[in-house]
Amino acid sequence: MRSLRRISAILFKEFMQLRRDRMTFGMIVMIPLMQLLLFGYAINTNVRHIPVALVDHADTGISRILVQTILATQVVDFTEHYDTVEEAQEAITGSRVRAALIIPRDLASRLARSPSIGLGTPPSTSEETSRPVAQWIVDGSDTMIAGAIKSLRAMPLTELLHKPANRSTPTFEVALFFNPEQRTVVNIVPGLVPVILTMTMIMFTSAAIVRESERGNMEMLINTPVKSIELMIGKIIPYIFIGLVQVGIILGLGYVVFNVPFNGGLLPLLGGTLLFIAASLSLGLLFSTLANSQLQAMQMTIFVLMPSILLSGFMFPYEGMPVAAQYIAEVLPATHFMRMIRGIVLRQAELADLQFDALWLAGFFVLGMALAAFRFKKRLD
Amino acid sequence: MSDLVIRTRGMTRKFGDVTAVNEVDLEISRGMIYGFLGPNGCGKTTSMRMLTGLLTPTSGELEVLGNTLPRDAENLKYRIGYMTQSFSLYRDLSVRENLQFFSKIFGLGRREEKQRIAELLDLYDLTDLARQRAGSMSGGQRQRLALAAAVLHKPDLLFLDEPTSAVDPESRRDFWEQLFDLSDGGTTIVVSTHFMDEAERCHRIAIMEHGNKRADGTPAELMADMATNVLEIEGDDLRTLRKELTALPQVRSAAQLGARLRVLVSKDIADPEAWFRALPQSKEAQRVSKVRPNLEDVFVTNTGVMPEPVKSEEGSGQ
Repeated sequence: MRSLRRISAILFKEFMQLRRDRMTFGMIVMIPLMQLLLFGYAINTNVRHIPVALVDHADTGISRILVQTILATQVVDFTEHYDTVEEAQEAITGSRVRAALIIPRDLASRLARSPSIGLGTPPSTSEETSRPVAQWIVDGSDTMIAGAIKSLRAMPLTELLHKPANRSTPTFEVALFFNPEQRTVVNIVPGLVPVILTMTMIMFTSAAIVRESERGNMEMLINTPVKSIELMIGKIIPYIFIGLVQVGIILGLGYVVFNVPFNGGLLPLLGGTLLFIAASLSLGLLFSTLANSQLQAMQMTIFVLMPSILLSGFMFPYEGMPVAAQYIAEVLPATHFMRMIRGIVLRQAELADLQFDALWLAGFFVLGMALAAFRFKKRLD
Repeated sequence: MSDLVIRTRGMTRKFGDVTAVNEVDLEISRGMIYGFLGPNGCGKTTSMRMLTGLLTPTSGELEVLGNTLPRDAENLKYRIGYMTQSFSLYRDLSVRENLQFFSKIFGLGRREEKQRIAELLDLYDLTDLARQRAGSMSGGQRQRLALAAAVLHKPDLLFLDEPTSAVDPESRRDFWEQLFDLSDGGTTIVVSTHFMDEAERCHRIAIMEHGNKRADGTPAELMADMATNVLEIEGDDLRTLRKELTALPQVRSAAQLGARLRVLVSKDIADPEAWFRALPQSKEAQRVSKVRPNLEDVFVTNTGVMPEPVKSEEGSGQ
């Protein structure tokens, strides 16, 4: 009973301080809001309208039609025109363009022999049978840009001669579940939940306890009958609420602004989110027992935040990483919650479907709390 | 004297190679105001932290309110109050909110809490400030609030670590009035200070230097037992005289106070006035008189160190 009263006293005090700390209070709402809008609009893995240069040695009617056909794909924009290949290369080096299309003088005769134009197979004796009609030189350092240009490699040119497209039957049929329109934002919005919660939950809790020591409150507090565990519980409960509010903001706005569907149930969402919040808070508490200042607590948060963004599967597919990196990613709570939240929000998964990740988060929480309680002593030495 | 509230034998605390408190024996009786007097870094704060259970002693026996420390430190929490050197209440909470927080932490009932807070606000003249945030108050107001929070749960034993270091003289006097009231009510008070006038108000003091207890007793006893006599000399070239006198083996110290020189002469010399007149340097002096020692003389005699004349934070106190 006394214990409950002490926890509620800390809880009440924490809310009061939070309400008066306008900056932190603002951040709670602004961080998810801004990042959702920013990343939701900004991150796009379908590359379009790449600025490229054109070197048209042919300069004929057919070459201009070819350029128009390529423009129609929306993959590139011809922003520069050069007379020589050297100038085009300089433009790539100077990053004015990412690629250049070089149309040779004999475009017309190459086209006539090209199978892509669908005029039938030319005599096999001809040496020039398989020569491409034109050449792309590409800044290949960015694999995503290079990939987009490479997708033009086998582009059909039948439209050039106003012939109907001659689509052959594909080898495989691909049915895209959960995101048939292939909008990047559908994957990004649920992915933002673990990223933002990692940042705010670890940062707020670690700073919250360190702040007490930094401002000298701890010296007074440890002279009272309050127990370590009561202090920790009282300190983290407000942040559980904050975490839930942030999840609400992200998924709610994601639905309203970006039309990201919410397919799953509220219960698995709540369960998964609470597990992740608990795991993050226990990590924040552990940091608070290690850090001597709020600045150090912040640095530790960044240390976890960076891999949580880059390795968790938020930006790049988990499966694409080497096995060693996958092991590291498995340690991070964000990786597990990334799978869970995308599963729940997009694929209608239940907690039972995600039990491995759920159990892992629970284990992380228990271990983190045990370590934090072990480290946190009601003494100054 | 009545029963002992604090008893230590050989209380020692080391930080690495540095011995902050060395083999200190203390006996503090109920109802007493006991002062630790010493310069910054002499081990006052460390001693206090060990006695409250905040620090584990490296060696020695400590018994506080019948509890053996550090083992039973948690038992003490309801029975001791601690006012830290720097303000350690919440600056972003109001006076009333701070008191409400600590009364809940100490497990006061709802009615008890209301009554006690009203009582304390009135007693420490904080009623008009009840809604003000602690961070925006003056040093004296904060100190009253800190004292109110420290005595909220009516502790038997109160520790005050340099309570008046950030406070004007007027507030200091009022503060001591409040301490005497508490003491009359039966609360034992342990207070650390580097102000002589404050130490003089204590029932008993311990003079600390480099972690060692140099002297222990009532201010009157300490002055009577001093190993030196005090001469006050008036004259012209006091600065030269001071240098010459300090060089003599019989002189413990000489300090200039305005137009006078205050000289501590070893008690081995039976008649210090006659001794001084016999010196060749005495020609410079116009008047010599033996005066009643004060606590500063006691301090200098026992430590050979000039006490801090100005107030400052005790940063190296641990």
